Amino acid sequence: MTNDQHIISVENLVKKFGSFVANDNLTFFVKKGEIFGFLGANGAGKTTAIKILCGLWKPTSGSINVAGFDVYKQTEKIKKNIGYMSQKFSLYDDMTVAENFTFYGGIYGLKTIKIKERMHVLLKKLGLEEYKDRVIGSLPLGWKQKLAFSIATIHEPAIVFLDEPTSGVDPVTRRQFWDMIYEAAHEGTTVFLTTHYMDEAEYCERVSIMVDGHIEALDTPAALKEQFGVGTMEEVFLKIARKEVVIQDNNVTV
Amino acid sequence: MPSSVIIDHISKSYGSLLALDDISLSTEKGELFGFIGPDGAGKTTLFRILTTLLIPNKGTASVEGFDTVKDFKQIRKIIGYMPGRFSLYQDLSVEENLRFFASIFKTTVEENYKLIEDIYKQIEPFKDRPAGKLSGGMKQKLALSCALIHKPDVLFLDEPTTGVDAVSRKEFWDMLKKLRAEGITILVSTPYMDEASRCDRVALIQEGKILDIDTPAGIVSAFKEILLAIKSENMYQLLFDAQAFPGTIRAYRSGEFIHLAVEEGDQLLPQLKKHLEDKGHHSLIIKRITPTVEDSFMSLMKGTNNQ
Repeated sequence: MTNDQHIISVENLVKKFGSFVANDNLTFFVKKGEIFGFLGANGAGKTTAIKILCGLWKPTSGSINVAGFDVYKQTEKIKKNIGYMSQKFSLYDDMTVAENFTFYGGIYGLKTIKIKERMHVLLKKLGLEEYKDRVIGSLPLGWKQKLAFSIATIHEPAIVFLDEPTSGVDPVTRRQFWDMIYEAAHEGTTVFLTTHYMDEAEYCERVSIMVDGHIEALDTPAALKEQFGVGTMEEVFLKIARKEVVIQDNNVTV
Repeated sequence: MPSSVIIDHISKSYGSLLALDDISLSTEKGELFGFIGPDGAGKTTLFRILTTLLIPNKGTASVEGFDTVKDFKQIRKIIGYMPGRFSLYQDLSVEENLRFFASIFKTTVEENYKLIEDIYKQIEPFKDRPAGKLSGGMKQKLALSCALIHKPDVLFLDEPTTGVDAVSRKEFWDMLKKLRAEGITILVSTPYMDEASRCDRVALIQEGKILDIDTPAGIVSAFKEILLAIKSENMYQLLFDAQAFPGTIRAYRSGEFIHLAVEEGDQLLPQLKKHLEDKGHHSLIIKRITPTVEDSFMSLMKGTNNQ
């Protein structure tokens, strides 16, 4: 069933917490080297799905393969082949840039010489070589986020998961961050990301929109806009996610 | 219009970090005033000074005529404050939190229920649930209810929509619009540039400095350059080629287009078209557009220290 071109394949993923169905029969594929936007309202079930894809939680049922590995039996292999960063947790503020590289490189089991080599390449790309010995906490947020992305790819993972990577970042740095995403995808890394910025949804090759535990729409931004007869991804999102809100309001006000 | 909040040459440092650098502005009574800027701009520091939780190094500020340092007790009675981090009692129920906040302000839920009714009735079915067990959207509604229960004259909302999805954000702004109609002065901060259009006036803030203060329309009309939106078959390459065009001041992604700020010039459009066609771009769309607040922000922040 798995296709070589599908770096992530999810078939009939179900995750329940007691009687609550957080992921309701999700089926989707992500192509190798793709920038895939995983969108949805708060509480739609995105985080649950991401934790399963990263090998942190077991699904209730379904067949899920990430980077060629099975999420039931090969979670350690999955973790070695993916990178992860989020706005909430990224780097250690009281360690230097170089120490963060060494620490994360070590966690991924890279040899010291390899870590040095990767650190050199990645810092050069960012133009931050001279800040190697600076404590992370003393750097501007925009730099930290860019460093966090670099460190998430220190072990050259097949897929990098980015959970709201640009939240709260200034508009210029947000674009620079996207330059890095495009470059990584250009070099063959698959990028799987969440965002609340709807202009960023337009930058993805394909996006899925989750509503109430299931995928309500999945296509290229252009096709989704055409399908819903609107001009922006924001309008697509409001149209789709609105349904859920109406239902919730009914439940609440009755 | 009489002023509600007056900020006069406020500066605040944390060690060697200058968080606020000589900020001055005033907001009118009944105004919905937005502070728009990224993390680290100084928004939270400013809100903490105005809510009497921090003392500035320099300058003075007043809320409804009360000085934030000398008259802090009076200010605390007449303001509502919703901090960026959820700060209600997680192990108290929804209803207990609301009653607690009403009682410390020496009022009752019943007395001002009308003000919060629209917001609170959405979470009322969960009134016995501990606040810590609510979803993000419900926590936000409860926090707003608690900040309003004593019918404050001025409401301070520090990044109420950060990390919130586009639908819930829209609903939150609709709620603020209703509160504004009740005559409450509202100061709100946000990193989302698109929310500026929901405010009466905004201050764009970056690295402790104010870049501009105006109505959203005024901010946009002060945009000095010509702004174009361009699109082609190969958007990845188009960005580099647009940046390399000699007349380009700035080129960056914006939704499905690339925005290109260029200098005024007669031959500029045909030159740009030729430049991009020579680079092999097909199905080119080039159109002049009206800037958004985000475009203005990027134009204004070019002089600041940005990597």
